[in-house]
Amino acid sequence: MTQTSNNYDVIVIGGGNAALCAAITAAEQGAQVLILEGAPKPYRGGNSRHTRNFRCMHNAPMAVLTDSYDEQEYFDDLLKVTGGKTDKKLARLAIRSTEECYRWMEQRGVRFQPSLSGTLSLSRTNAFFMGGGKSLVNAYYRHAEKLGIEVRYEAQVSHLQLNGDRVDWIEFEQQGRTQRLSPKSLVVASGGFQADTDWLAQAWGPAAKNFLIRGTPYNRGVVLKNLLDQGAESVGDPTQCHAVAIDGRAPKFDGGIVTRLDCVPFSVVVNNQAERFYDEGEDVWPKRYAIWGRLVAAQPDQVGHVIIDAKSINLFMPSVFPPIQADSIEELADKLGIPADGLRITIDQFNGACRNGDFHPTELDGLATEGINPAKTNWARPIDTPPYYGYSLRTGVTFTYLGLKVDETAQVQTPTGPIKNLWAAGETMAGSILGQGYLAGFGMTIGTVFGRIAGQEAANYASH
Amino acid sequence: MQAIELINLESESSPFQALDPLQDARRQLEICNACRYCEGYCSVFPAVHRARSFSDGDIQQLANLCHNCRGCYYACQYTEPHEFDLNVPRVLAEVRQQSWQDHTPPSVMARAFHRHGSAIAVLSIVAMALLLWLMQTGADHAEGFYGLLSHNAMVAIFLPAFGLPLVAIGIGLRRYWRTIGGEKLRLSHLKDAFASAAQMKNLAGGHGDGCNFEDKDRFSHARRHFHQATMIGFLLCFGATGIATLMHYLLNLPAPYSLASLPKLFGISGGVLLSVGTLGLGVLKLKAERHLADARVWGGEMAFIGLLFAVSSTGLALVAAAGTDWLTLMLAIHLGSVLTLFVLMPFSKMVHGFYRLAALIREAQLKPH
Ligand SMILES: Cc1cc2nc3c(=O)[nH]c(=O)nc-3n(C[C@H](O)[C@H](O)[C@H](O)COP(=O)(O)OP(=O)(O)OC[C@H]3O[C@@H](n4cnc5c(N)ncnc54)[C@H](O)[C@@H]3O)c2cc1C
Ligand code: HEM
Ligand code: SF4
Ligand code: SF4
Repeated sequence: MTQTSNNYDVIVIGGGNAALCAAITAAEQGAQVLILEGAPKPYRGGNSRHTRNFRCMHNAPMAVLTDSYDEQEYFDDLLKVTGGKTDKKLARLAIRSTEECYRWMEQRGVRFQPSLSGTLSLSRTNAFFMGGGKSLVNAYYRHAEKLGIEVRYEAQVSHLQLNGDRVDWIEFEQQGRTQRLSPKSLVVASGGFQADTDWLAQAWGPAAKNFLIRGTPYNRGVVLKNLLDQGAESVGDPTQCHAVAIDGRAPKFDGGIVTRLDCVPFSVVVNNQAERFYDEGEDVWPKRYAIWGRLVAAQPDQVGHVIIDAKSINLFMPSVFPPIQADSIEELADKLGIPADGLRITIDQFNGACRNGDFHPTELDGLATEGINPAKTNWARPIDTPPYYGYSLRTGVTFTYLGLKVDETAQVQTPTGPIKNLWAAGETMAGSILGQGYLAGFGMTIGTVFGRIAGQEAANYASH
Repeated sequence: MQAIELINLESESSPFQALDPLQDARRQLEICNACRYCEGYCSVFPAVHRARSFSDGDIQQLANLCHNCRGCYYACQYTEPHEFDLNVPRVLAEVRQQSWQDHTPPSVMARAFHRHGSAIAVLSIVAMALLLWLMQTGADHAEGFYGLLSHNAMVAIFLPAFGLPLVAIGIGLRRYWRTIGGEKLRLSHLKDAFASAAQMKNLAGGHGDGCNFEDKDRFSHARRHFHQATMIGFLLCFGATGIATLMHYLLNLPAPYSLASLPKLFGISGGVLLSVGTLGLGVLKLKAERHLADARVWGGEMAFIGLLFAVSSTGLALVAAAGTDWLTLMLAIHLGSVLTLFVLMPFSKMVHGFYRLAALIREAQLKPH
């Protein structure tokens, strides 16, 4: 057991991947480290506990990663998804460090496995954690314990006292008590603000109240807001979040990976008025996964309904809850709570617009509708074979883009220069590199790389 | 700052507690099938991912593939207090138990002994007393053990006590095989299944760091090693008895045997391994979290471990007691525990080896090559 002490070299705010990488690195440098995790122990690990892989460059087959994925290709992929909204220097730094991170993670107890069934497309680029993100988080907490790092759960940081170019003290609540500590240096790794729906509503309007949050309820951006209010510089679009369309029956928080639905390309998607609103067959699903969150958010009541028939029910990954099933379109409409005659008309129009042709579920097959708007440009087959199946869709928010601006040493910036004893890592500074869009596995990359940098810098500073 | 409402951590009774284990296992495995994070831990998950829906037979088969390593509990982001309330190791342990109890005739006996360690203890004492009584009434005028209990009396007791339970196990396995839709056996299936049983491959965990058992999410090989000792020890003891029987009938060489003889060598080394193994398994079981297995049978399982320990330790004590006054009592206790172990084979944890082998054979039939 470590003794409680008030003379911490480094305090790390947050208890997810970025926080743990920072804490471990600092402790390995000999620093006395305290982790303040806002969540209770069973929910420790923030959104990191929901992850499954990290994106890793490699010039030749490496452990579970097949083939090669070099720096340039990785960088080009990032440019594509962000539309150039990235800090190129930080991005290259992150990418280049990933190969070394893989070993670092393994040495600290993280175990990898080949890409999961149903995710073959990622076997070259992404290293999967055996057991998923929670097992990664568990391994890091075990390792932290061995290093003598102290961890306090349900310790929610509410304020950092900025005084010129330093943080003098911090305040946090634990078990109803407010406490103050003055460490030599600090790392902020407390994620984004997506769990604060009031904040989301500032950008999205009241519709945001109907959004589901895919990850932890504890990332409410309290520390982020506190620092921005005191003049820390921000990056990333304050109005944007990464959102996908998920099963409408998912819990409000923490539904995680299982609530995703992969059936949109083989379906007709309608809103509450039983009207179609977008081309369901625009591209292969992983590429179109993210736009549907916003499409659904723009519909009345922020819901959509996916309609498929017996021909397609086995073409996608199984869903967490069984689909709603009916023998007729009208019955299905009733069960989904949308107008039956409206759905009948929409499906009849759609079916009438389908042409004959070859259907290939795994590639763009060009099997498009004719004469309806919006068109469905691939995989358009009539919905005519009972039983019919339906899922309701809601917007599921993964993370927000607004974050703290940092430099290559992960140090937090103000318009007048860096804050001398404050570093940031993970989601809370990811906007610097991921200005928009998303690249699967890049969240954990940013957290690991900048967590390690921040931990190292914070420990160095504390030892002076 | 507005205090964040903490999720209620009081374990309110789960809405899924009303489900019977088969239904709840189905519910949970359907969640796993959408998640797949645990695919690398064991052969249960790849088998789940091959299907989209699960019959009762499928679920019982999956339950018998699971070896309760608990990796998928500690790694799961949906365990309580999350509303999905996943606990795959427990629900599969419950289904597994149910499948043994339901398939083995007579299932009243199975239910009684699986659940009640005290029933096992009472039966052991009755068996010991019975043997002690027999010894005091009708012994041969022979040397050694047979001087205490005649060879014929031993055979008259132990042959049916061994044979009838095997018949019950056989009937149970046949029923199980039908439930899970097993096909005709081929040699390649058997080879595959025995190979993974012999190495306890699955208890190594997908990454080779072992399983989670005695210290929450820490991986360790302790359980695997103690189990290996238990299993090999048991087989050696069993071998010792087999060899002695052959020596008696075929070579006309009745007991007692010298220390350097095969039965003694097998028996002593097996006895030591079995004692150490069961002691270890018992200690680990005390440390492990009980709610990750079928809590209803914890007592029965513990008593079974105790019974194995009694068999091995009293066997060793017999060697030590040779020529002393304690021999009669020790022999009664030893033979009484062996008798109980035999009689309870179909109705105790002992059946796990049989069912697990059946499940591994079925998996060898189903898995893509
Ligand atoms: C369902 C889902 C799946 C995902 N899958 C992947 C994937 O496979 N690969 C990938 O790279 N990315 C994935 N992501 C994104 C990934 O989760 C994040 O990029 C990453 O986890 C961020 O790590 P972090 O440490 O910065 O934040 P988090 O892991 O969210 O940690 C933030 C921590 O801060 C704590 N905290 C918050 N506020 C306070 C406070 N005031 N005081 C104290 N502590 C506080 C929280 O409790 C939490 O422990 C996924 C996200 C979701 C939602
Ligand atoms: C076919 C060979 C065998 C296989 C594949 C096998 C497999 C297993 C597995 C996977 C477990 C843990 C699962 C659980 O607790 O439900 C287990 C437990 C156990 N095994 Fe075996 N086993 C075999 C043979 C034996 C033999 C021959 C013995 C000794 C007679 C034995 C004694 C035990 C004991 C005592 C436990 C319980 C440990 C506990 O309750 O914590 N096993 N076995
Ligand atoms: S046990 Fe949990 S983490 Fe593992 S596959 Fe099932 S749902 Fe996923
Ligand atoms: S407890 Fe172990 S063996 Fe059983 S399903 Fe989970 S990971 Fe597989």
